[in-house]
Amino acid sequence: MSTTSDARAAPPAGAGGQPGSRLRGRLARVSRAAWFGWGGVALGLIAFYITLPPILVRSLIPSLLLAAVGLGLAAVALRAGEKRVGWGAVVACVAGAFGAYGAVESGVTNLERVVVWSALLAAALRYATPLTFAALGGVVSERSGVVNIGLEGMMLTGAFFGVWGADVTSSWLGGVVIGLLAGGIMGLLHAVFSVSLRADQIVSGTAINFLAVGITGFLFVKVYGTQGTPDDLPEIPDVHLPIGWIPFIGEALEQLNLLIWVALIMVAVLSLFLFRTAQGLRLRSVGENPLAADTAGISPIRMRYYAVIASGSLAAMGGVFLSIGFVHSFSQNMTAGKGFIALAAVIFGKWKPGGALAAALLFGFSSALAQRLPVFSPTTAVLFQALPYVLTLIALAGLVGRSRPPAADGIPYERH
Amino acid sequence: VSIEPTGAGTITVASRLSGYLRGGGVVVPIVTALFAFLVGGLVVAAAGANPIDTYRAIFEGSGLNWLFPWVTGDDRTLAALNLQQTLILTAPLILTGLAVAFAFRAGLFNIGGQGQYLVGTFAGVYVGSSLDGTPALLHVVITILAACAAGAAWAGIAGVLKATTGANEVVSTIMLNWTAVYVGLYFFGLGGPLHSDDPAAQSIPVSEDVLESARLPVFWGDPELQGLHIGIFVALAVTALFWVLLNRSVTGYEVRAVGFNPDAAEYGGISAGRNYIKVMLICGLFAGMAGALDVLGWQFRIATNDIQVSQVGYLGIAVALLGRNTAFGTVIAALLFGALLNGTSVRNLDPTVFDPQLATNLTWIIQGLIVLFVSAPVLVTLLTRRRFIPRRKPMPKPEVMSGG
Repeated sequence: MSTTSDARAAPPAGAGGQPGSRLRGRLARVSRAAWFGWGGVALGLIAFYITLPPILVRSLIPSLLLAAVGLGLAAVALRAGEKRVGWGAVVACVAGAFGAYGAVESGVTNLERVVVWSALLAAALRYATPLTFAALGGVVSERSGVVNIGLEGMMLTGAFFGVWGADVTSSWLGGVVIGLLAGGIMGLLHAVFSVSLRADQIVSGTAINFLAVGITGFLFVKVYGTQGTPDDLPEIPDVHLPIGWIPFIGEALEQLNLLIWVALIMVAVLSLFLFRTAQGLRLRSVGENPLAADTAGISPIRMRYYAVIASGSLAAMGGVFLSIGFVHSFSQNMTAGKGFIALAAVIFGKWKPGGALAAALLFGFSSALAQRLPVFSPTTAVLFQALPYVLTLIALAGLVGRSRPPAADGIPYERH
Repeated sequence: VSIEPTGAGTITVASRLSGYLRGGGVVVPIVTALFAFLVGGLVVAAAGANPIDTYRAIFEGSGLNWLFPWVTGDDRTLAALNLQQTLILTAPLILTGLAVAFAFRAGLFNIGGQGQYLVGTFAGVYVGSSLDGTPALLHVVITILAACAAGAAWAGIAGVLKATTGANEVVSTIMLNWTAVYVGLYFFGLGGPLHSDDPAAQSIPVSEDVLESARLPVFWGDPELQGLHIGIFVALAVTALFWVLLNRSVTGYEVRAVGFNPDAAEYGGISAGRNYIKVMLICGLFAGMAGALDVLGWQFRIATNDIQVSQVGYLGIAVALLGRNTAFGTVIAALLFGALLNGTSVRNLDPTVFDPQLATNLTWIIQGLIVLFVSAPVLVTLLTRRRFIPRRKPMPKPEVMSGG
């Protein structure tokens, strides 16, 4: 499959060369038929886009024409055997036509209330941040060869201890630190079982999730009783940037929570760490071939411990943001599957920090949209909340191509 | 449907846990459960309550003391009432446990029992509250079949995705769980399409009531006091079916072959993909039936609140793992968790001994601990090395060598 290019498959000359030449090398491997397919995907999206503010075409005909051309391109791609991107284009065009129909049928005022791109972007960043942190945790852990199904539980742990820490220390920073520690301890527990005791990582991760629901719920009832968390919890502050005058981008990024920026910075830092430092290479080598790494003097056990503990802290950071950076309270099982969406983001992002961020933004955008769609129909409001889960399911089924996990992912390492 | 091989050196959950699955007989699950309860007791003590009193209260709340002949008089009457409730909760747990166990034997980890159970309750309450005038027995059968079909279809989504695109069934089934929750909240919420038409329920998010003709008959206890319905026999019959299907049928053979090594199974002419779909359909059928038993047996309606707090499907994971994915083990483990659920319920646990709200979370902790201990075969081997597992020649580890 030519579209599933991977950094590891790049020629050695490209790996050390400039990023530009690497990109060009990758693009050269995308077949012409695949380009047609991607064109079809783009046309499907444009068909929908032109019916939305600010363009607001009030007729269905241009959209239908665009979608029809897109379907034609999809047919070309499918004939040439580019199945995945071809079907992706078909889905995009059909969905684009339906979306355009919905937009043309609905009132302009409703559309303008829902589709405010800068507000949508800001909300998407907010919803994406917990996912980004947890997905980064997933990338670190899985790159070292440990599948971390327990992200959800570690996130929930972070969410509770973030609140508790902020409450006890009367400072949001205290909440962040205690949340990170608690997540790290959950990571340590997962490491003990999956690395030292060579447990089945999927089953022990599931156990972590159950334990986290029980422990946080238990402590929540014990400490806060039926009244819930206090209203005057210290909150993680927002960052104000004097860029409000820039249209769109400025409006979206003017005022965002501190942890949103931290998440974006962490993506860059982890990218550099994993792919540009010796320690990062060691971590990845343990996930690809632990025996070879061990032979070369790198301890897979120690590496995996570090990675899984870091993973727990990162996921917990997402939970801390959720509780004291976003909703400003804790409720039982409040992560509601976000850890698993993050896991899907890891897979969708091909085990790379940047890819995980892109996937998290996509899922975050769907959450942001789901929050605004009830304008159209208040009775179906609750149904829109299923959107991120359904989208994750579709993404998982893969419009982008089957991705390949690290070779030793999920396999316990046994020293001889 | 084109099925690509799952890749070299595929190690399934089933094959990795085979040591636990085969070795150790009943000793390991018993020790696992005891250890989990021991740690749970420490948690109770840390919360400032007496663990022994708490466990005794939970035990008596579960009604299992009915089995002791020396419990007589009023105590016995109360124990019988409690035991009926425990068995009511046990029936769906057996089925959601089987839904996990069957998938496990095929190398799949079905965390989607909760969603499959929920859509089963949706279909059950919908069909059970419509079709007025259908003869009683027929109505029950149709409703159960509808719930099974709904559960199977829901699980089938994950099966088809796994077979055709290789989508990880753990993530896809979890996504289906949450989708089911929101679909249910929409269906039965205020203004939803299946919300009750009863004028008295206009401000309560609840479904229509299941008609008398679709309710399961009660055979032990007073129907007015939520006596034990025949669902437990249905669950036991399905357990027998599970055993036959798994151990005495071609399907079962193929399922187990795929579970141990999909590549070898493919080589032997067994399609892994087709089996993934088949297995998920069967699992969904079990979990959907669990939903039917609950709405036709004692709930008779769905409030949106129930949808959010229900954990029957998730408990099925612990039930299956503790029961070593066998028919008999699943029944016993389901009884344990049914007793635990009932014994820690608000109705049965004396708040002066231990707060039932804390106890609900204690159930999650015990459940987590059991799954955690089961996950590590090394622990199991340590427990059983001398007596149960015959010594084998040391083998090279092909899964490590084949990486890269």
